[in-house]
Amino acid sequence: MTTGTHQRRKERIDRGIKVRTEGIYALMSWRELVYLIMPRFVIIVGLLVAPLMIPDMYWQRVISIVCIYALLALSFDFLAHQVGLVSLGGAFFVGVGGYLSAVLNSVFGFAALLSIAVATLIGGIVCTLLLLPCLPLRGVYFAIVTLMYPLFMARAIEALDILGGTDGIMGIDSLPSAWMEQYFIIGMLLLFLFGMRRLVNTDLGLVLRAVKDNDQAVRASGMNITSYKALAVFIASAIGCFAGASLVHIYMWAGISTFALDFSVLPIAATVIGGSGTLVGPVIGCLILVPVSELLRDFGTLRIVFYSLILLAFVVFRSEGLMVYGQRKYHQIERWKKI
Amino acid sequence: MKEGPILQIQEITKTFGGIIALNRVSFEVGEGEILGIIGPNGSGKTTTVNCITGFVKPSSGRILFRGKNITGKPPHKIADMGLTRTFQIMRPYFSLPAYKNLVIPLFSPRARRTGGWRGGGRRGDRNTVGIDILEEIGFERDSYVPFKVTSTLPTGYLKRLELARCLALKPELIICDEVFSGLSMSEIASMVPLIERLQMSGITLIMIEHRLRELFKVADRVLVLNFGEKLVEGSAAEVMADPRVREAYFGSEKVEEVMRHA
Repeated sequence: MTTGTHQRRKERIDRGIKVRTEGIYALMSWRELVYLIMPRFVIIVGLLVAPLMIPDMYWQRVISIVCIYALLALSFDFLAHQVGLVSLGGAFFVGVGGYLSAVLNSVFGFAALLSIAVATLIGGIVCTLLLLPCLPLRGVYFAIVTLMYPLFMARAIEALDILGGTDGIMGIDSLPSAWMEQYFIIGMLLLFLFGMRRLVNTDLGLVLRAVKDNDQAVRASGMNITSYKALAVFIASAIGCFAGASLVHIYMWAGISTFALDFSVLPIAATVIGGSGTLVGPVIGCLILVPVSELLRDFGTLRIVFYSLILLAFVVFRSEGLMVYGQRKYHQIERWKKI
Repeated sequence: MKEGPILQIQEITKTFGGIIALNRVSFEVGEGEILGIIGPNGSGKTTTVNCITGFVKPSSGRILFRGKNITGKPPHKIADMGLTRTFQIMRPYFSLPAYKNLVIPLFSPRARRTGGWRGGGRRGDRNTVGIDILEEIGFERDSYVPFKVTSTLPTGYLKRLELARCLALKPELIICDEVFSGLSMSEIASMVPLIERLQMSGITLIMIEHRLRELFKVADRVLVLNFGEKLVEGSAAEVMADPRVREAYFGSEKVEEVMRHA
């Protein structure tokens, strides 16, 4: 058409800034920069501002719990979708980290932050060593063993009356101040989240993904897949142990309930809702599921029914997960362009 | 060509339950040569590869690589010594862009020790070295092909990618499990000089093939397997002339036709 009026057509914003391959961008304007940064900005600022927006003590605590679950979901997503190990061991990691930190704090007198740090490291090592025997196996064995350990630990503590038995370990120090407690966990969640996103894009992360995609080819390339799996399990279980250790210091109590299967199951549900393999998705999933679970508390036992319905709806209608869906829609945002 | 064997297979036997897949097979591979292994379906070719590269443990017998016993060692240790393989059913990392496939072998201990193909891994980052290897192996550098997601590549490129993965390790011996099969005539025609170039650069090759005409062009020696046993070993012409091979493999009329073309 050669009318004098200017012509316009629609163009996808991301078209211009993506270069050849995913993850490399060429930015030409402030608007494109904003387009690129906005989603990350929303997550970071949203998490940081949330406690200020909600003055209620109870809901501030819920935010901390969200972060705990988000860490577990992150660890699950990493193992399941980046390394190919389906872990039902959230409860195991939480329990090991929790009890370790509790013992370090109440028996050896470590300061709260120090005992969390040490419990994270040692817990990661302990969990990795205990899971090592099933790493060379393919298939469901890893899932079964990770499911078995927390059950075993809870019953062992109960029956042998060790580590405080059914009463648990009481009198654990909380973190120095309420604000610090709140922001320590939020900060660590953001750190682990973005650190993990970095990790999966490094060459090491690529090798881990290759172990999931095609372990035979990795072996044929002269790499011992068991040791890479062990490294991944260490990273994931250390994150889980960190979550458990933090939880114990929030509640100032470590008991058998830290081995409760909620810690295994809810992160998986959150991953399904948020979008598996995206790392951010599971965190978003927890941001939805945990508060919903709190809101449904009024319904008593019906809570689980509602909860299951929500999950069912997601699996049936949005099985790709919120994050994958949102990402696709975001990439499809268009602008008018003069031609 | 005759500098002493790089690989010695001594009487290996492999049984799966009651089935004897390999029965006391012995052969040697000389430094720098191309050995072709042929045989009808089910004759034990791939099992031989699996035994040599450690993916399957032989029931008995010994395998020596450069004089060292590698029988029953895990695959990653064998690959680490420079004995690599391609897979008959290609095993690339389908979800990654083609060049990223090479980042993985370049990350391996061997590649980091040797610098990988032509030592480039020590200098540059693994992405660029990966693209270098792909160019060497026949991917067009200044096109989108090396950047395409692997699952969208045609078979010819996937076969090359299998070879590239071996090259990234700076191998001394590559076992090619049917790199020609499934390729068009023109794709094979471009593959043959590549194989010859690899031999020139000092790499020893064992080629398992069904495409005999092309194999006989490049192979220095050919070994025929049948029902898990070694039938004949010798030059292409000798193997072709052998009546036992005709019987076991080609069928007596077919061989005339193949001979005419070869």
